[in-house]
Amino acid sequence: MTPAVELRGVSVHFGRTVALHDLSLAVAPGETLALLGPSGSGKSTALKAVAGFLRPTAGRVLLAGRDVTDEPPNRRGLGVVVQSYALFPHMTVADNVAFGLRARRVPRRAVAERVAEVLDLVGMAGFRDRYPRQLSGGQQQRVAIARALAVRPAVLLLDEPLSALDAALREEMVAELLRLRAELPDTAVVHVTHDQSEALALADRIAVMRDARLVEVGPAAELYHRPAESFTAAFLGASNLLPVDVEDAGAVRLGGLRLAASSAGLPSGAAVALGVRPHRVGVRPYTGSGLAARVLAVQWRGTGYRLDLELELGHRLRAETPDVAGLAVGDRVEVSIPDGCPLVRVA
Amino acid sequence: MRRLLWLLPPVAVLVVFFGYPLALVLHQSFVSDDGVVGLANWHEVLASAEFRRALVRTVLLAVAATAGCLVLGVFLALVIAFAPFPGVRAVSRLVDVVLAFPSFLIALAFTFLYGSAGVVNAALGAGAVDFLYSPWGVLLAEITFYTPFVMRPALAAFTQIPGAQLDVAASLGASPWRVLRQVVLPDALPALASGACLTLLLCMNEFGIVLFVGAKDVITLPMLVYTKAIVTFDYPAACVVAVVNVVFSGALYALHRRVFAKGEGRAAVDAA
Repeated sequence: MTPAVELRGVSVHFGRTVALHDLSLAVAPGETLALLGPSGSGKSTALKAVAGFLRPTAGRVLLAGRDVTDEPPNRRGLGVVVQSYALFPHMTVADNVAFGLRARRVPRRAVAERVAEVLDLVGMAGFRDRYPRQLSGGQQQRVAIARALAVRPAVLLLDEPLSALDAALREEMVAELLRLRAELPDTAVVHVTHDQSEALALADRIAVMRDARLVEVGPAAELYHRPAESFTAAFLGASNLLPVDVEDAGAVRLGGLRLAASSAGLPSGAAVALGVRPHRVGVRPYTGSGLAARVLAVQWRGTGYRLDLELELGHRLRAETPDVAGLAVGDRVEVSIPDGCPLVRVA
Repeated sequence: MRRLLWLLPPVAVLVVFFGYPLALVLHQSFVSDDGVVGLANWHEVLASAEFRRALVRTVLLAVAATAGCLVLGVFLALVIAFAPFPGVRAVSRLVDVVLAFPSFLIALAFTFLYGSAGVVNAALGAGAVDFLYSPWGVLLAEITFYTPFVMRPALAAFTQIPGAQLDVAASLGASPWRVLRQVVLPDALPALASGACLTLLLCMNEFGIVLFVGAKDVITLPMLVYTKAIVTFDYPAACVVAVVNVVFSGALYALHRRVFAKGEGRAAVDAA
C-alpha cells in the first residue's frame, strides 16, 4: 500500500545548526504515528517539513506517493493543528472552520453543511458564532481540530496539540482524540508530542527522536515493552538503566544476581543495560540476600511512594511501590528485579 | 489638596500658552474690523469661493495623501515583516529617520530633484519633468513624508501576528494573497486605521510642504490662514479659517484616539 506520508532521507539545516538529520519514515493511511522526543529533538521540524512550512535541505517528502518537496503548503491538502491553536482572532468559530473550504472555493451551501458537520463532530455546534477570545483553551483546541478536519485531509498533522492545556483537560482531550480517531479510519495522523503517555495512548507506532535524529521506531506496545535503545527505555517509561554482563543468549548478571533477559537482536560486543521500570523494582527491608541498596529519598505521590535508591554495586535506581512499610532515608534495603526485563543498547 | 497644588503649574502653562491664544483666536473670529461682535466674519468667510476652494483642496489633498501613504506604508511594512532581505533593519531604521525630519526638508529635496533647475531636469532636459509646482508635487511630497506614520504601526501589527496563523492558513489551501486579505490585513486593521487617522490629521494641517513647494493654485486651509494673517492682514478672516481648521483637527484627533483605544482594547482581550 502506498504510504500516506513518506519522508526519504530528510534533513533540515539552519546555517550550521542541524535541526533534522536524514529522517526516513512512512505512515500508512489510517495509521497514527507519534513523533516523540524532548525539546530540540527535531520532531516539530519533521512535521513542518511534511506540512511545507520548511524546505528540507536534503531528502524528499511524499504524500500518497506524490513528491511534494517543492510544493507550497497550500497545495499539499493537509490538516494542521498547532500547539497555540492559531485560530484567526477576527473570525467567528464558523468562519474559522469554513476558512479552508472557502479557500478551496467550495460552494456556499456545501460549506455551511460541512461546518455544521465538523462542529458537531467536535462538540462545538453551539459555539459557531463565538469569537476565539470567548472560548476556553479546550474549546479553542476543538475548533482548531474542526478547522483542520473540515477540508477532509488525507493526513492530519498535530503539533503538540495538548501541551497548552492543563492536566485534567489534557486527559479529557486524549479521550476526545481517541473518539475522533475512530471516526476517521482512513486519515493518517502524525502526532508530535513530548509526552510519552499521550503517545502511548494515541499512537499505533511511535518514532522516538533525539538530537535531530530518529532513535527508534516501532509499534507503541513493542517499543514500550521491548525497546532496543537505552534512550527509548528511559524516555518511554522512565526505565532504570542498569549496566549488566551478558552471560549467554538468555541471561545476564547484575552483581551476584543472575537474571533471565534475552540479548537476541543486539549486536555482539555492544554495551548493554537492563531496562527496569520503576514499578517492577521490588524493595523490602534487608534480610541478607539479593541486591543491597540504601534509600536516598522517599516521596509520597498519592497513589504510592517513589524511592530513590543506591545499589551497593554503585548504581542508582528508582522504584515505585504502593507501600514503603516504614522505610526511611538512610535505611539498608534489599532490591529485587524480575526476570524478563528488556536488554537495551547503550549509546 | 497637595495633589491640586501639583496640578497648578501644568494647568497654568496650558492656559497661558495654549488656552488663552486659542480663546483669543476664537473671540477674534467673532469681532469685525469695526469692533462689532457677531457672525458677520463667519458669514463672509464661509460664503467665499476662496474658502470653499481651500477647504475642498485641503480635504482632497489630505485624503489622497493618506490613501497613498496607506498603500505605500502597508506595502513597505509587508516587505519588511514577511520578506526579510539583507539590510532590512537598516531600511526600517532609515524610514524611521524620515519621522525626525522637518516636513519642508522633503519639499526642499524634491525641489533639488524635480524642480525646474533640479537634477532630473538637468539630466533629461529642461521641462522634462514638470509636476512639482502642481497639486501632484504637494501630494507626492506629503506621501513621501507621511508614509512612515502608517508604516510604523502597520509593521508593529504585522510582526505581532503569530507565524503559526499564517502557516495554518496556508496549509488550509489559502494562497498568499488570500492569507494577506483574510488573515493579515483584518488583524492589522485597528493599527492601520489609527495610522491613517493620524496621517489624515497631519496632512490636513500640513503647512511647510505646501509653502515650500509653492505650487500654483494650491491653497489649503493652513495656507489660507497664513495668507489672510500675514499677507492681507485680514485677522478676523484668518481667525475664522483657523477655528475651522482646529475643529477639523480636534474631530480627527478624537477619531484617532477612539480607533487607537479600540485596537488596544482588542489586543488586550486577545492576549488575555
